[in-house]
Amino acid sequence: MPCDIDAVVRSNTRLSDEYSVLVLDAPEIAGLARPGQFVMVKPSRGSDPLLRRPFSIFQILREESGQPTGISILNKRIGVGTRLIYDAEPGARIACLGPLGRPFEPVEPPAQAWMVAGGVGLAPFLTLAEALAALGTRATLFYGARRARDLYYTEAFEALGVRLVPATEDGSRGAKGFVTGPLDDALASIAPGASVKLYVCGPTPMMRAVATLADFHGRPCDVSLEQVMGCGLGGCYSCVVLTRRVGAPPHFVRSCLEGPVFDAGRIVWEALAH
Amino acid sequence: MDLSVSLGSLRLPNPLIAASGCFGYGVEYSDVVDLSILGGVAVKGLFLAEREGHPPPRIVETPSGMLNAIGLQGIGVHRFVREKLPELRDRRAIVVVNICGTTIDEYVELARILSDAGGIAALELNISCPNIKEGGITFGCSLTGTHAVVSAVRKVTRLPVIPKLTPNVTDVASFARAAEDAGADAVSLVNTFLAMAIDVETRRPKLSNIVGGLSGPAIRPIAVRMVYECRQAVKLPIIGMGGISTAADVLEFMIAGASAVQIGTANFVDPFLWSTLLEGLRAYMDRQGIARLADITGTLDTTRREQAWISS
Repeated sequence: MPCDIDAVVRSNTRLSDEYSVLVLDAPEIAGLARPGQFVMVKPSRGSDPLLRRPFSIFQILREESGQPTGISILNKRIGVGTRLIYDAEPGARIACLGPLGRPFEPVEPPAQAWMVAGGVGLAPFLTLAEALAALGTRATLFYGARRARDLYYTEAFEALGVRLVPATEDGSRGAKGFVTGPLDDALASIAPGASVKLYVCGPTPMMRAVATLADFHGRPCDVSLEQVMGCGLGGCYSCVVLTRRVGAPPHFVRSCLEGPVFDAGRIVWEALAH
Repeated sequence: MDLSVSLGSLRLPNPLIAASGCFGYGVEYSDVVDLSILGGVAVKGLFLAEREGHPPPRIVETPSGMLNAIGLQGIGVHRFVREKLPELRDRRAIVVVNICGTTIDEYVELARILSDAGGIAALELNISCPNIKEGGITFGCSLTGTHAVVSAVRKVTRLPVIPKLTPNVTDVASFARAAEDAGADAVSLVNTFLAMAIDVETRRPKLSNIVGGLSGPAIRPIAVRMVYECRQAVKLPIIGMGGISTAADVLEFMIAGASAVQIGTANFVDPFLWSTLLEGLRAYMDRQGIARLADITGTLDTTRREQAWISS
């Protein structure tokens, strides 16, 4: 059951003039959260902007004893709400509802997990990487951004034993171009008999490209979709995604309840808004 | 302290009803809210058959409000009765079923099916959804259409019949009157205001359906005025709605003439608001020395200013 916390902002670290990591005191949510789940955050106290925004839970923060104390979200300033969150100061209160949605299911050894992130699509993977480390699953992060300084938290992933494969559009770190380049090469050279599952989050064209690659190479692939959401609880039917069904025409399902994590093969990519 | 209200023969423990289209089928919220503490749950509009609705984007935020064009995606009445109604009964929810048809015969068929289903408190006739071309609003925008659909449903059910009125007409009170003449037990108003938002960079509409319905605090003063106008025109109980998010907003609608209210968009923002609103209503009653909340319905005082002039 989700809870709604009028959470105190513990810190808001600006990573750049676009990105920030907002830490919220929300032990109840932190205690329940599973990898890939999201929260609905209210950026203003009043009615403008009116609605909450969905954010992946980026980190689950704990005391040394292991007791959960809060969560963080990775925020990219793109509109009115994300600007307010970018500007939020420590001590402010922000309403936060969660955890919500269908989580990732981390694979267990001997299977390997390959996470594929583009830009702010990094957000759901730190919690997944923790879960994979706890299971002893070998994990790789294919991580694409515009340039080297837009690749964040790479040390945190490496500290969890995750192998990092970066790609930048300008070639300032890792492969030059989209992350799908090195991913395609890696998929083509998996040892016979090895089991690999892909987990993807990023811009829609990138997720679609990765889903196509996964399908071509015959690998299971989960995508974490970012849809415009009204409520996060299944009430409004605004966050729908067109999905395939066996023996019936495609069907709109609510991303907040059946997602945000979907089997990539279910998605009718042509219908997904960019 | 008595928070109960009556809508004709229907008695509710309090005036707060979850608005249709804003609360799924109610069961989605059963983990978050004790459904039995609500005055009622108006479930998402049902057609006879399943519907897919419009492609996304289906909502867009506007100043203190939002536009939606969901297009009445839904599971259809048969699956509702089979899959959702039993849980709503188990949770002791007071269920108001919102029904939509493209013809009068479809409304009649829906009313028959739901009257036989058991465990339903009332039928709300959706004759006001701005987002679908066929049926629905074509009845709601014509006085004869409103009269015809209400009287046809009236003939086949003993359940309270509550047409939900659109604000997208010149004189909403005349539609309340048509509903009253046709034998409605109450009217609910307002549905959303037909509206539009455009992305100026791409020059494209922000909704896939181009136009949608405006809801939220932005519409509240217009909705209050419309409830007030209907109060003057009919004796029927009125269920008021439009941008309610606080106890003061609830009271505003009741004073204007509503016997009960519906809450929609605010539930998206705060799904836990029900207990806050009930506390707020109790605090008001305490402060004002009101024993029965129902007594404040239609108590708008418009005379004082005039009297002051006369006596001075």
